[in-house]
Amino acid sequence: MPDLSSLDTAKNRILSILLLCLVLVIWQASPVLFKIPAFILPSAFAVAEGLWRGLTNGLYLYHGAVTLFEVLAGFALGGSLGLALGVAVALNRRFAYFIYPYIIMFQSMPKVALAPLFVLWFGLGVTSKIVTAALVAFFPMMINTISGLNSADKDRIDLIRSLGGSERQVFTMLRLPSALPFIMAGLEIAMALSLIGTVVTEFLGADAGLGMLMQSMNFMMDVAGSFSVLIILAVVGLILNQTLIMIRNRVLFWERLGRVDPGAAADTPIAEPEAPQAGNALPASQK
Amino acid sequence: MQTARARNEVIGLENVSLFYPSKTAEVHALDGISLAAADREFVALLGPSGCGKSTLLKLIAGLIPQSSGVIRINGKRISGPTPSIGIVFQSPLLMAWRTVLQNVLLQIEIRDLRVANYRGAAHELIRLVGLEGFEDALPHQLSGGMQQRVGLCRALIHDPDLLIMDEPFGALDAMTREHMNVELQRLWMAQSKTILFITHSISEAVFLADRVVVMTPRPGRIAEVLDIDLPRERTLDMMTTPPFGEYVRRIRVHFGTAGAMD
Repeated sequence: MPDLSSLDTAKNRILSILLLCLVLVIWQASPVLFKIPAFILPSAFAVAEGLWRGLTNGLYLYHGAVTLFEVLAGFALGGSLGLALGVAVALNRRFAYFIYPYIIMFQSMPKVALAPLFVLWFGLGVTSKIVTAALVAFFPMMINTISGLNSADKDRIDLIRSLGGSERQVFTMLRLPSALPFIMAGLEIAMALSLIGTVVTEFLGADAGLGMLMQSMNFMMDVAGSFSVLIILAVVGLILNQTLIMIRNRVLFWERLGRVDPGAAADTPIAEPEAPQAGNALPASQK
Repeated sequence: MQTARARNEVIGLENVSLFYPSKTAEVHALDGISLAAADREFVALLGPSGCGKSTLLKLIAGLIPQSSGVIRINGKRISGPTPSIGIVFQSPLLMAWRTVLQNVLLQIEIRDLRVANYRGAAHELIRLVGLEGFEDALPHQLSGGMQQRVGLCRALIHDPDLLIMDEPFGALDAMTREHMNVELQRLWMAQSKTILFITHSISEAVFLADRVVVMTPRPGRIAEVLDIDLPRERTLDMMTTPPFGEYVRRIRVHFGTAGAMD
């Protein structure tokens, strides 16, 4: 995202709120104005109503909690495995040689395509969702960890060696901190993909979760309900992403003062199916 | 100089050569380099890009082994990195996540020494190079010249006998560079170190050094060793005097009339 902070004036804020109102009014009026039937595009009020109903009767809270658990469990599992394997690949050339063909093969495969199999293998419960989320979170995490650990520049490695540093010290004092911007960017991509993987798997078959809720609302032609669940999903995605950005700013304290870091993925909008992996302009994920 | 060298040799190279394989043929990087620097001597190693200056630095730093010849530091043959030298590299090479003080103390941590014992020395060095008050700043908050001073403190923190500087001010603008040269001379006179200063600037070499070792490329070999007999403390005004110009002219002969060095 470009730096827009200079435009953030009181006047522009009011204009921004007016714009939102205009959009909502057009939305609300569109069934009448453009003769769009309500089962295609529900009115803004109908969506707000559905949102209010779902929130007050605890339905969204329950299913939201299930989805959030699946996302976080998958993210933690896939992310930590990706990190561990990334470290192993970066540190051990022999290991890297034997594992690279598999990595490249899996890289070019759309991982969510495995979701139907996982539902078949692990059933309608949380397990199949966690496994899918873990799988999609794993790759960006591993690739970014590898690129990050290899990003330490040769002159600084020479510096530490000339001071009598061991390979272990080169790792802890240089390669690991150099990798952190990449790892943090990897975490953000992994989180976005975990949410996508979870929801897609819930669409395929689940006994709980926001994706399953949306699917069943679709079947009952409750399009306003579907829209309201979408809003919940957007909010969940936003909270997860903002949390990671907060953590990143704390971890990468040395990059906070207006410097561009290698992991510019921070500003990537969440929940854009399959886009983050290839399209996220990360030097890391493009090798 | 001759007597000084015999009295107390801090670094000595005897007939050092280096070959390394490349894709097409074996590269002859350094050919029979012999040089010595005595205690408290300031020696400049001068040559154009690609003459093997930086390769020579890597040999002395113990990062790569020479193909033949002997390198001695304080009379001992080296076979790897030596603690008794300090190196200042072309770029400051600071760790972005470490404060100025932590960067200065880097090698104390690497060598598993007690950081507390060196904190006083670190503050003293930081004061000496004029960075007082910046101890807790991060590298990107400093200018290029300030960063290079931090690099200098880092190389001096363990009080080495020998300081090797590899074109340390090459990345700085001309005015900052002259200023840094004056400061380096002051620091050297105060600290009584032996300095081996690698550069491709003739005037910088003449200004700083007691002795200039001129190298020519392909293969890197020593063309001339020149004692610079100018009084200390040298000033920037001296750079426009006839004796200074004479030294510069004499060195430039080695690099053709175009003086394509600098």
